[in-house]
Amino acid sequence: MSGILVIAEQRRAELRPVSLELLGAAQSLRQPGDTVAVAVLSSSPERFIGPLSLAGVDEIVTVKTAAAEFDPDTVESALGALIAARQPQVVLIAHSVDSFGYAAALAARLKLGFATDVFRTERIDGELVATRGGYGQKVSVEVDFPGRSTVLLAIRGNVFKAPEQASSPQVSAFEAPAVQSRAQGREFVELSAGDDVDMTAAEFILTIGRGIGEEAKVPQFRELADAVGATLGCSRPIADAGWLPKSRQVGQSGKTASACKLYIAMGVSGAIQHLAGMKHVSTIVAVNTDAEASIFGVAKYGIVGDIFEIAEELRRLF
Amino acid sequence: MKILVAVKQVAALDEDFEIRADGRDVEADFLIRDLNEWDDFSVEEAVKIKEASADPVEVVVASVGPDDVDESLRKCLAKGADRALRVWDAAIEGSDSIAIARVLAAIARREAPDMLFAGVQSSDQSFASTGIAAAGLLGWPHAAVVSALTYAPGAKSAVFRRELEGGLLHEVEIQCPAVLTIQLGINTPRYASLRSIKQAAAKPIEVLSLADIALGAGDVGEAGSLSRVRRMYIPDKGRAQLIEGDAAQQAARLAEIIREFKGAQA
Repeated sequence: MSGILVIAEQRRAELRPVSLELLGAAQSLRQPGDTVAVAVLSSSPERFIGPLSLAGVDEIVTVKTAAAEFDPDTVESALGALIAARQPQVVLIAHSVDSFGYAAALAARLKLGFATDVFRTERIDGELVATRGGYGQKVSVEVDFPGRSTVLLAIRGNVFKAPEQASSPQVSAFEAPAVQSRAQGREFVELSAGDDVDMTAAEFILTIGRGIGEEAKVPQFRELADAVGATLGCSRPIADAGWLPKSRQVGQSGKTASACKLYIAMGVSGAIQHLAGMKHVSTIVAVNTDAEASIFGVAKYGIVGDIFEIAEELRRLF
Repeated sequence: MKILVAVKQVAALDEDFEIRADGRDVEADFLIRDLNEWDDFSVEEAVKIKEASADPVEVVVASVGPDDVDESLRKCLAKGADRALRVWDAAIEGSDSIAIARVLAAIARREAPDMLFAGVQSSDQSFASTGIAAAGLLGWPHAAVVSALTYAPGAKSAVFRRELEGGLLHEVEIQCPAVLTIQLGINTPRYASLRSIKQAAAKPIEVLSLADIALGAGDVGEAGSLSRVRRMYIPDKGRAQLIEGDAAQQAARLAEIIREFKGAQA
């Protein structure tokens, strides 16, 4: 029993970027003699051989499935068979919406060591140790897996670096058992725009979060954003409440602030899902009454204070 | 017809808190308990389905934890759940999400609902595992991060949309009974009225032991878990450079940062 098995995630014929980051995570765990195999499940898995032929990958395992898109029964059955055949020490998957839908079921049934949202992996005295956040990311938690011969880790995105150099790994096909799936995927739907703003193109974003407290406060921040020349964005609770359209939501399930260079977050606590959409921005200014808010962990500048007072003072200057 | 909703009483940290002497959790005195944010939405979804159904539907909420969890269960009852059950045993202490899922699966076997809801994740430990692990143990169809649902109790299938990354939705039809994990924003949770809070006080909360649901001490706690907390610690604080002064001074510095950015753009 040895080696690391990486499960690449694909959707609509494209690898999700986190798949390649998993290869980076595999390198950090690799011990002498370990092989790194990456498996990809798809109705046409061959198309991913090229993109997965990267440094550090010893083998690409193609798994042809009847379902073209993610289906829990299909994935669990195929991975269950693959893990049984290969008996890897570590299986790395993405901490993603797809893995939310199958990983825990697979781990529970196969009794695999299991941790989700892992942002650090290491070996301490030869034992695999994974680190994740706890209590709304205010503490770090090291977990280990006593007595588990295979450990399944769901790795947080945007943490590990994807390898860049190409390589020519061995390719093999794994025949997955036939499966009678109990769910049928129908179609993909893009969230309707709601308004014409493109958050991914905005270079300067002013985002409001739960801290604004009530819908009646939205117009004053809209006005402030206009005055300073920023695009108004929001965190999830604001969009869920219908105070701003979903198209303005920054975060994992909303938009990524891809082009943003200056990001001002007002009354945003900094849930991990929000950070996923903006923590890469080079200049982040966080304004929050709670000095312990996670948003200060990714911000370049922090103002601990009342967002309404700051907003009012700032408005006077433009 | 019956919908079972799994709920969790989560813990938020007090402003100042200390790690427990054994270094594996936060000292309990510093924890502020409340119903998990996601569970507000799954309870509402079940109650909405009940209200829209021509046939009678029972909404049962279930949780795993000591007696202070009754406070969160009462909240669910006030929002329209019909009855609640809570499983606790000292042996459950130290369980990971999989061991808790084993308890949840045992509750589901006993209750035999037509549908089981859980929150996508908990706001404290964010495992995003319990509901789907329970589905795996039950052998039921399952789906995570459901942000829209069409389901009539007793129907052989349900249609839902799962909320993917980047503003994309995936529509899926699933066989029932199933386990669905419910995403924030699927509905607008109601506030409990004074009257319903009073009524909730009279609704039953049944307390079950492990034996009542045919589990033993070895199924839960560290023995029934797939991971073990080795160490909990407070990570190094973020690197934000604090802008000091009164609001006017802080705003002035912020204005400067904005002008620097605009200067660089020009």
